[in-house]
Amino acid sequence: MILRSARILDPERGLDTVGDVVIRDGTLEAVGSPGLSPEEAEGLEVIDAGGKWVVPALVDMHVHLREPGEEYKETIETGTAAAVAGGYGALACMPNTRPVNDSAAVTEFIRRRAREQGHCRVYPVGAISKGLEGKELAEFGELREAGAVAVSDDGRPVMDSLLMRRAMEYAQAFDLVVISHAEDLQLARGGLMNEGAVSTRLGLRGIPAAAEAVMVARDLLLAELTGGALHIAHVSTEASVRLIREAKSRGVRVTCETAPHYFTLTDASLEGFDTVFKVNPPLRSRRDLEAVREGLADGTIDAVATDHAPHSVLEKDTEFEYAANGMIGLESALPLVLQLIRDGIGGPLEILAKVTCNPARILGIPMGSLRAGTPAHLTLIDPEEETVIDVDKFRSKARNCPFAGWRVKGRALLTIVDGVVRYSL
Amino acid sequence: MAFERKDLLGIRDLRPDEIQTILDTAESLREINQRAIKKVPTLRGKTVVHLFYEPSTRTRTSFDIAAKRLSADTYSISTSTSSMVKGETFLDTIKNLEAMGPDVFVIRHSASGTPHRIAGRTSASVINAGDGMHEHPSQALLDMLTIRQKKGRLEGLNVLIVGDIAHSRVARSNIWGLTKMGAHVVLCAPPTLLPAEVDSLPVKVSHHLDAVIGAADVIMVLRLQKERQGQGLLPSLREYAVYYGVDAKKLERAKDDVLILHPGPMNRGVEISPEVADGPYSVILDQVANGVAVRMALLYLLVHREAPSAEG
Repeated sequence: MILRSARILDPERGLDTVGDVVIRDGTLEAVGSPGLSPEEAEGLEVIDAGGKWVVPALVDMHVHLREPGEEYKETIETGTAAAVAGGYGALACMPNTRPVNDSAAVTEFIRRRAREQGHCRVYPVGAISKGLEGKELAEFGELREAGAVAVSDDGRPVMDSLLMRRAMEYAQAFDLVVISHAEDLQLARGGLMNEGAVSTRLGLRGIPAAAEAVMVARDLLLAELTGGALHIAHVSTEASVRLIREAKSRGVRVTCETAPHYFTLTDASLEGFDTVFKVNPPLRSRRDLEAVREGLADGTIDAVATDHAPHSVLEKDTEFEYAANGMIGLESALPLVLQLIRDGIGGPLEILAKVTCNPARILGIPMGSLRAGTPAHLTLIDPEEETVIDVDKFRSKARNCPFAGWRVKGRALLTIVDGVVRYSL
Repeated sequence: MAFERKDLLGIRDLRPDEIQTILDTAESLREINQRAIKKVPTLRGKTVVHLFYEPSTRTRTSFDIAAKRLSADTYSISTSTSSMVKGETFLDTIKNLEAMGPDVFVIRHSASGTPHRIAGRTSASVINAGDGMHEHPSQALLDMLTIRQKKGRLEGLNVLIVGDIAHSRVARSNIWGLTKMGAHVVLCAPPTLLPAEVDSLPVKVSHHLDAVIGAADVIMVLRLQKERQGQGLLPSLREYAVYYGVDAKKLERAKDDVLILHPGPMNRGVEISPEVADGPYSVILDQVANGVAVRMALLYLLVHREAPSAEG
């Protein structure tokens, strides 16, 4: 296949050029070549990519696939179908399945299911603690050998500071990054949304921004103490950004991610009590949103992940108080990420790095670049096409997308993973 | 004047003229409650369903009396558990109720926002009879009606709300209503019982009852739930009573014509002393009587969507 006259953006190499991309037998044969002669091109499918972008297939380092255990919400098959439709070629799936992915057996199951039924690469994240109970460490070595790329108790914080210290120490033996869901459960207790003027008006119990930042501060200190690699998931508050920025300036081994909803929506969306906006951490204030955007601009925030959290109507179509936290994001993230470029948060290479090479580097996975001679993982994007986000067309089983009906710009036209066209508009 | 709304979900989204219409309508309907035969045919053939997901005696009875005095058929569904807990989905609950063809749902629920969520799914009118910590609009309306009767106006009055503001839907509805009608609202509570970013509300705030009691034309005393101590918000009910309980001694600093309101049920000896609750300043029983008139007005206005004509 030849993608002709594309704007080729490879953030890993800082490459931004116009040219052809050639894929032969599943391998990137040439990237940015001046073009093949007619004889060389014979037998290859030619796609005119003028005005379009070729980027490394996107990497989402924070997804809930729900399988095993909650297949009515999402499966590895439907979740990865949603991923490739959104331009993603790889994702890391969180361990809060049923059973919890705290063992080699579950990790192996996920990888096997992904090989058999998946549409993109799936990298399991193992649990920090057995059963996500926050009591005893899971078997990191066996998880790593089975294919886990990181450990996290995502969905729950590790409240026990000593256990978190041990996790960050022990993980170093197996070169695993520890992903922290930073939330002080006592401070957050009973909270349903961000604490502030909106929660006061709505009479919904609030979760203070400090519930996140207190744990970010703790984990940064533990990273410094242990020398372990720490990644903070779904950063949503001004104070978290400030703490991480300061820690990075001192050389602490920390990276972090945020999600499109934290740089696009605020807690004002909760007016009307629509449960689609209920998420943890909660949508924050305007000030937090601006701080997250500053963190994306100055590089404090390394990655944008979706925290794709599928739920069925059973969990969402209920009283606000009883509704589950979480929103899906795989099929709506790309245009919101591209909007950051239009908003001047960063150039195309800086912003695309946050959904390609940066998360790949953090997880240590061979994705997120466009180097000739490697397996072809790429996404063809029309950065200008206007679309309306239509949840009824989603590949995901779930519909809990807060951006339903939004008019946005930019979409994936073609997603190639391991040299195979996995999605084509 | 036309009353355009299908639902009454809160005071915050009402305009001052709408509040005026409701209060005027309640005033005109009050006379029915003095008659020997307390019934008019206004809502004959209409169905009002009381859906109470939280225990309530006063509010439910008040709504039921109001509906019956207007000749509506009423049905009550009470449950202490949510649809979720029962294993029925929320949507199923609404669909089942909708199938009964009611004209009005009166909904009390412990989860904030539930009347909003139901209102969007039904063609019947929805009246919020108290949702979580969000709003209790009929209570604020009966409070305003009571104050207006006793003081002749709302505009320019200083209203002091004392107690557990953070958890109070009554306080929220009154803050919106009273300030829309031109009253000045002062909140008095320990910081642990004030909501987050309280400065975002159109009120003044004090932590010292003695400092603000003197300027008040009206003191609205809120119920203090005993659980607050266990939740670590207060060291003891005893200390709360010392600093924030309205008693005869604190009232010595108050104006001679101050009014004392309480939405009930009272914890005598905690937020209000017995001699104050039963004393000359107390209009607590007027509130209860006005509750029926206000709820008749709401049912009337939502079903007919216009204010009553001159026949009263």
